[in-house]
This record gives sequence, structure tokens and C-alpha cells, in this order.
Amino acid sequence: MTPFSYLRAADADTALQLAGVHARHPGAGHPGVEHPAAKYLGGGTNLVDLMRETIERPGTLVDVTGLSDRIAETGDANGNRGLLIGAAVRNTALAEHRLVRQRYPMLSRAIVSGASPQIRNMATVAGNILQRTRCAYFYDRAGSRCNKREPGQGCDAIDGFNRMHAILGASPACVATHPSDLCVALAALDATVHLSGADGERRLPFTELHRLPGDEPGRDTALEPGDLITAVELPALPLAANSAYRKVRDRSSYAFALVSVAAALSVENGTVTDVRLALGGVAHKPWRALTAEQALRGQPATEAAFRAAAAAELAAAQPLRDNGFKIELAQRTIVAVLGELAGHDRTGDGA
Amino acid sequence: MSIVGKGKRAIQGAAQSVMKKAVELAPDSLLPGGRPDPLIRRQHGQIGRPVSRVDGPLKVRGAAPFAAEVALEGMVYAALAHSTIAKGRILTIDAGRAEAAPGVVLVMTHRNAPRLAPPPRFLSAAKAAAGDDVPVMQDDRVRWNGEPVALVLAETQEQADHARSLIRITYAEEPAATSLATAGAHEVGTFMGEPLSAKIGDAEAAFAAAPHKVDAVYRTPPHNHNALEPHAATLVWRDGALFVHDATQAVAHTAWSLARIFGLEEDQVHVSSPYVGGGFGGKTLWQHQILAAAAARLADRPVRIALSREGVYRVVGGRSPTEQRVALGADADGRLTAIIHRGVTPKTPHSAMPEPFILPTQSAYAAKTIALEVRTCDLDLVANTFMRAPGEAVGTVALECAMDELAEQLGLDPIELRLRNEPETDPVSGRPFSSRNLAVAYRLGAQRFGWDRRNPVPRSRREGEWLVGMGCATATYPYHRMPGGAARITLDAGGARIDVAAHEMGMGTATAQAQIAADRLGLPLEAVTVRYGDSSLPGVILAGGSQQTASVGLSVMMAHRELVGELLKLAGNDSPLAGLGAEEVESADAGLRKLDDPGRFESYASILGRAGRGELVVEGSAPMPLETMHWSMHSHGAMFCEARVNAVTGETRVSRFLGSFDCGRIVNPKTAASQFRGGIIMGLGLALMEETQVDGRTGRIMNRTLADYHLPVHLDVPEIDVIWTDIPDPHTPMGARGIGEIGITGTGAAVANAVYNATGRRVRDFPITLDKLL
Repeated sequence: MTPFSYLRAADADTALQLAGVHARHPGAGHPGVEHPAAKYLGGGTNLVDLMRETIERPGTLVDVTGLSDRIAETGDANGNRGLLIGAAVRNTALAEHRLVRQRYPMLSRAIVSGASPQIRNMATVAGNILQRTRCAYFYDRAGSRCNKREPGQGCDAIDGFNRMHAILGASPACVATHPSDLCVALAALDATVHLSGADGERRLPFTELHRLPGDEPGRDTALEPGDLITAVELPALPLAANSAYRKVRDRSSYAFALVSVAAALSVENGTVTDVRLALGGVAHKPWRALTAEQALRGQPATEAAFRAAAAAELAAAQPLRDNGFKIELAQRTIVAVLGELAGHDRTGDGA
Repeated sequence: MSIVGKGKRAIQGAAQSVMKKAVELAPDSLLPGGRPDPLIRRQHGQIGRPVSRVDGPLKVRGAAPFAAEVALEGMVYAALAHSTIAKGRILTIDAGRAEAAPGVVLVMTHRNAPRLAPPPRFLSAAKAAAGDDVPVMQDDRVRWNGEPVALVLAETQEQADHARSLIRITYAEEPAATSLATAGAHEVGTFMGEPLSAKIGDAEAAFAAAPHKVDAVYRTPPHNHNALEPHAATLVWRDGALFVHDATQAVAHTAWSLARIFGLEEDQVHVSSPYVGGGFGGKTLWQHQILAAAAARLADRPVRIALSREGVYRVVGGRSPTEQRVALGADADGRLTAIIHRGVTPKTPHSAMPEPFILPTQSAYAAKTIALEVRTCDLDLVANTFMRAPGEAVGTVALECAMDELAEQLGLDPIELRLRNEPETDPVSGRPFSSRNLAVAYRLGAQRFGWDRRNPVPRSRREGEWLVGMGCATATYPYHRMPGGAARITLDAGGARIDVAAHEMGMGTATAQAQIAADRLGLPLEAVTVRYGDSSLPGVILAGGSQQTASVGLSVMMAHRELVGELLKLAGNDSPLAGLGAEEVESADAGLRKLDDPGRFESYASILGRAGRGELVVEGSAPMPLETMHWSMHSHGAMFCEARVNAVTGETRVSRFLGSFDCGRIVNPKTAASQFRGGIIMGLGLALMEETQVDGRTGRIMNRTLADYHLPVHLDVPEIDVIWTDIPDPHTPMGARGIGEIGITGTGAAVANAVYNATGRRVRDFPITLDKLL
């Protein structure tokens, strides 16, 4: 581990200040960031590992676990009620929250299917979102090439062990996957990310936060240097009460998804009236399956329709040496999850 | 770790004069017509009781210092830099930034490392302990990807790790062979100088003529050692002597081997290893202890080296991949007419042996013709080594899956097929079995598991998304007892202490041996202590080959004979024992008594007291393992698995498992059950998930963490039922045979056969991951 400074912030403004982020002056041509080598530290369940492996070598760590760990109900004049989740909420607390389990059961299930209880007790929501790929070549600084770690170096995963790697949205530069379970649910739930940075506060749809690799695989997200996630907001989404998360993996626990499916489904009179669908383990970002959603709306809630929608979503999939099975696996899992949701009237029911 | 019969014969053939003496010394119980160990008859002693681990409280309290926890005055910490190419030469080493980094005491490379003799490779000498004989940091050659090329010593571990990351090395790379496909010519594998092959009759002809046949190729991947405690050593030089706090399953071997490497006398190296967090064949002598000792000498400071999990993968060998063809021919009644089991497994030019996967087939079935052969080739990888039941663990996968395939073809129950082919004598060696009760194990196991509920038609039971099936397979592991056993008994008025250079790696050795010694000496359990895990103690006893219980048990038995003789001498003419010979008395009630006249008794305390002796110290040595020359000696198990395979995703979950074992007398049911279960859990990993990913382009292991290298987690392990016949083997000490390794054998095949019964899919390429079942 490379030596570093450790600082703690109790609020977002202090965190930005400690990280050397200053408000950008109108008309200034350069980003208002003093210390690009600063990193925000949540539970440390991924960043500390990356530092041990010398993949990340921040000069300064700003501990932001002192930021809000509240989960608050939001609401508008029409009585639509969402949730505002503080960046420092621990994964366990989020998964166990009564309203999450009632209104967004897929989120609870996604969280508890990840990592181990000890890790979930430490990990924060913002940290989980910003965790990095577990591609073995990315981690192997000493012995492997990786464009995400060292831009332009080349990618040893494309022709190497790539059973865990992407089948959708990859590029010749990078075939890594995003490892989070929680994020798959957030992508399906139309979540919004609250940010603070050199440009002040702003909001970003969750599905626009993570990037596809393109020719800049070093950039996992659309965040600017110094940007701090302060909260995640879930909108009112009644159909999410009938939602599920299913994770397929190589052992029963403590393994990353080969494929995961987050889905919410609303069926009336045998017809799909609305649906949310996202996939994990298949791409550089949590994969919102808009093609399948589009194909499903207004269709009969039958296995044939689910199958057709899944096939449409995976039509663009590109297998690598070891991961071709994911294309079939993803479709089967989508069909199974939608079938489960269609077969049960659990509106308003707990997780 | 395993020794084939041929290996034993090689040792023994090379030492005829020693043998002759051994025959004279051998206890008659271990020879034909001899009397069994009297402890076998003893009914109400400590043997057979589920005694809790004597070392348990210490470990639960965290009060047992393991090798990486021993603190020495002035100690510095080591970090290793590993090569990033598989083969070639080191061109340049830039260690300047590392040497200038805070806290750094030494950067050692081949340029400044002290001159060392190559490590004595396992089996090359009686006390050789090294996994390979590659010279350790002696030249600019790189022999595998991950070989240590530099070592940093610093005042803290963090400083050492950081400085290690600052070293820059360039290489001149050479073409390397890193996979079976890139390997050169295959030759017949050897073990202890003998070829790994066997031939009875013309198996190919018999197979060609057989009315029923199975002919299939099974593949198993490389596996890595993943003991809970990664390898570590804390060591110091004092007055030219080396003191090593090690994590090893071979204290005496390690001391001797380190002495050879550093040009010392054997007694100038002291290895202490009282606590070991799992060994499984991997905790022997590897480069880390040697490099730490070399660096400690250069820096003149005590050194702690604690390998990271990645360090273990790079430095310590594991199990090689295998590609095994099994061809079985049978007549219409299901009697085997031919067994062909041959295949390929790579090793390195420096390894002790290729994975000997034909071992379980040698004694398995009464076939008229048999052809067995292991072919091997050399790769540029870290040396392969012993890993729990080398040979049997993966050999039974191929053999026992093939038997299942044959049973289906014949329309026979898989158990019935096996029982029809039970041999009366060893099919290859021709020797009688010392004790073989596999049929009993199958009967007990089948009944308890509910085997009669199995539907022989595959894919006939479904619960929701889950396809459910049952499978069985035979487990087998030989009885071993290696030369070198010795023990010391120190008897005083309060009890006895046993000193023996054996090892407690979590399996219950200290507890079981205390029980055995208590019965042997006629003492209560509390009056017996066992000291172990130190090279200064008597014996050259490897914690391997599941042989410790027999080796130590017999050593204590021999020491006890000495003790009885000495006690009778001390007792003299004023004792109720006056005039009795050693063969006429037995130990009981903390004293000696006449066998057929228990009233003639004198306590140890009385004998010692009258003789004016505070204590009596005797030592005994176990004779050569002649019993294995007279009998075919093997443990067996009937393994039963219920597996559930998800019809949508292909995920396999084992829902029930039962092992029914025939391992002679069970000394301690509690620790034995743990051993059996642990082996089975490791077998579940072998069946379903374990695989070392060696990138063929670079020879580099890519899944070098426990997140990437999958072992079963709690949720993968169902309740595992273990039962045993408890039928004593009349030709072993205590009637017991070792139990440390057998659990992993047969398990992989039982799982695969259950998966087949569940799905109708026969996966022959292990591990059985979900993509193979989609």
C-alpha cells in the first residue's frame, strides 16, 4: 500500500474542501480541483483492497462515512412517495428498511445477494455504486495489461479468462463488467443520483451515471473529478412493489453474478401494463433492458412474450471465449423472473 | 500425501540390511499369524470416546501463537516480488527506489543472496522436505510465472509491501510450455524411481471383446492449496544456528532440509511448529522459509515472512490437471473383464511426482485384465505437489463416474455393480486384504441415506425448478506407515508425557494420541500430555499420507514395551510383579499387572518410589512398515449424494451427503467426524467449483484470491452425515487406519453421478459449473 493522508468529513461541503474541490468560477477554463489524487472513502470494502493491490494510489483519503446515513420518505403534492437515501447509509440498513422491503423489494433482495453480511455492514450506498470491476487482469498490476488501469496498455482479458466478462456494450478496449448487485436494482428503479462538485449540486439519472467503456475504459462513470455522491433518490414506483432480483452464480453465496436480473412487473387482465428490467453481470454498467421493456409493454403476460422480449434484448450480445453461455442464461433468467412476477399478485405485499 | 506400493518397495529394496533388522524388531502383530495390538480388544478405555480437542480452548481463546504471530525482538518483515514471465532471464533489476523507501532494511535478489544448495526435493531422501529442487534465488533464470525474484525486509509489513511495489525488473523472455497443448513429449510418470503403470493380462483385447463397454475421458483442472492459515515463518539466527517458527507438517524433514541448504549440521536447525492452520500436503518446505532465512542472515535480523493468499498461489504448488481415459469392459452379468485407466498429467522438471491418478484403480475391482498408466510431461509452472489424497482424489472421479455409466448401461444398480466386482485379493499385487468391508459400508450407508428411493431413470424427479437426483461412488485411500516413527515416554508418579515430532494441524492428533497413550499406559486421560510439533522431539514423522496415527501409535507402543521392561527391572524382587516377563504383564490402573492374575499389581508411583526414581524416560522406534508388504491395506467409503440442479439456470446445489466409511477402528468419533466432513467439503469444491485458472499465454495464475478461486461457502455445504463400520483392522496399530484424506475421494464422482441422475447430463469435465448444464 502506498502511503497516504487520511481525513474525515462530517458533511458534503467539508468533504469537497478536504478533497481540494473549489467552486468553479464562471468562465474558468479548467476544473476547480486542486488534488485530483484525493479519493472519497466509504466503507472501504473495495477501495482499500484496490489500494492494497496498488491499483488505486490516492495521496489523500477523505472519509465520508460521516455524511448522511438517513433514509427519508419524500413526497409531492400528488401523494407520490419516494425515498431519499443518504450516501453513507450502510447496505445492511438499506436492505432491512421497512419501506424498501415494502415498496422496492428487488432492492432488498439485490443487496442481500451481494458479498457477505460483514461486508454489507461496512459498505455504503455511494461506495457500492462506485466500486470497480473485479476483472482479474485489472487487479494484476504486476503481470497483466489493462486499459482500465493503464490507458492504452492493451487488454489481456479479451483473449484470456473472460467467463465473468461482458456480453453487451463492450469495446475492443475493455470487456469488464460492473460487479454491483445493488446498482442493478437502482438502474431498474429509475433512481436519481444527487451530486456535489465543482459546479455545485446537481442530479443525474442513475442509468447515466455509469458508462460503457468505449475507448475510455479508465472512466467508469460520468462523474467529474472531485464529484461527491451525496444521496440516491428513488421515485414513487408502485409497480416496484411487485419486483424481484435473481442472481445466478457459481456458488450459493459470496460470488459475483454471472447474470442477474432485476425486474418489476405490472399486469392487468393478462396484459403487461408496465415493466422495469435491468441486468447485472453482462456489461460495463448495470444494464437497463429498455429494448425488452419496450417489447413487453402492452403484450400478453405469457412466457412466449417474455421469451421474445428477452431475445430482443440479447440480440446484440457478443460472446467472448468463455462467456457465450451468458446469452442463453440471461434470457432464461429474465423469463423465469418475469414469470414469477406474473404468476403472483403481490401488489403491496412485503418482500 | 500418498506413497504407492512401488515406492515403499523401492525404499525397502534399497535397504536390505535395515529390513533384516526390521523383521527382527517388528511387532508380531503386524506380521502374518501375529497377535493383533492388544488395544484392539480393550473395550472401555479412551479409544472410541468422542473426546473434545485438547488444544481447543487454547485456539478458541486466541492463545495459541501461530507461526506468523510469534514476535521476536528486533524482527523485520518480508515481502516478496514475483516474476511476471514464465521462462527467461532477468535482465535488469532497479531496486534503488525500494532501497531508499522508508523502513527498508534489505532488498535481496539473486545478486546478493547468499550461496545456497538446492532444496532437497521430496522423496529424494528420507528427510527431504522441499516441494521442488529449484535453486532459490541463485541465478538470473526464471522458471515459472510467479517465482520469487526479490525480497524486501522492512521495519513494518506495510513498508515492506510498499517498497516491493517500487522494484522494477526487466526480463529476456523465452518460449514457455504452460499447458498440455504446448508441452513436449509425454513419458510414463515415475514415482520413487518406479513407473506409474500396471498391466494384468491384455486389457485392450479383453475390452474390445467385451459385450458391455464404457470408454470415456474425464478431465480435472489444476487446484491450489487454500489452508485457512497461509504459509508463514518467523525465524532467527543465533550463533550460527537457525531457529524457525514454521507452519509445517514436517518439522524433522524441514530441519534436515534447511541444514542441507545452508550447509549446517542437522542439529543447528531447530524447527518449531506446534500450531498449524491446515496442511493438506501443502505445508512443507517452499521458497519462503529459505528466502527468509537467507535474508535474516544477510540483514542479521530476525525475520517474519507471512505469505499473502496470492503469495501462496505463486510460491506453493497445488494439484495438477488430469486427462484420464477410463475404459471398462463387462460381461452380461456385470463382471468386469477389462479396466483401462490411463491418461496424462503435467508436472514441472523440478516436482517430486506427477499426480498419480491410477492409484485408486490398482485395488478397486476384480477385473480379469487391467491396464493402468500415468503419462506426464514437463511444464514451466510452479511445482505441483501433494494435495489431499493425491491420486485418489481425482482418480476416483474418473473411475467411479465410469462405473456409474457402466451400471446404467447394464441396467444394474450402481451399488450392485460394485459389489459384484468386489475382489477377494488385491487385483494387481495379489496380496490378501488386511481388512476390507466395503460391502458393509454400502449396506449401512444405503439404508441410512434412503438409496431405495432413488429412481434409476434420470430426470425423473422435479421439485419446482429443481431437478433432483441421487448418486453414489466408492471412496478409497490406502493405509500408510512411513519409516522413521519414534516416540519418548517420560513417566513419573503423576502420569506420563509423550514426546513425538508429530503435527497437530487441526485434525485432532494431539487429542487422539493422548487417548491412545492413556489406554496404552493404563492412565486416565488427564494424566497424559502429548508434546509435538518440534524437530527436537523424537521421530521423523510426516503429517501426510494419513499416516500419523499409525506411525505415532506404533512408536508409542514400542516405547511402552521399553517402559514395561524398565519398570519390571526397577520393580525387582520385592514387587508383586517379581519374576514376571514383559509378555506376562499389561498396563492398567496406573500400573502394571499380570495378564491372567490382575491381583499381582504394582502402581507406577510405587515402582518409581521404591526405586528412588522421580521419573523414567524411555524411547521407542517403530519398525519398518512390513505390514504393507504382506497385505493390501486400504480404507474405503460408500459416498452418497443428493444433488439439485436448477432446470432454468443450471446451478447445482448439493442438498444431502452421506459418507459411510470403513477405516478400521475409529479412535475419536468427534475428531474423526470432522476429518471426514472436511474431506467431503473439499470434495464438493472439487466437484462443483475449484479450478486454478492458469493463463496459457503467460503461465500466470489469474484467480489468486479466495474471491476468485471458489471454495464451498457455508451455504454450499449441506448437513453431512458420516457413519463408519468401526471394524478394527487386525494388522494395524490400534486396529485403526488413517482418515485424513479419504473424505475427498469418491465425493466428486458421487456428486457427478447425482447430477446425472437429476438431469440426464453426464459432465466429464470438472468442475461441474452451471454452463455445462444449460
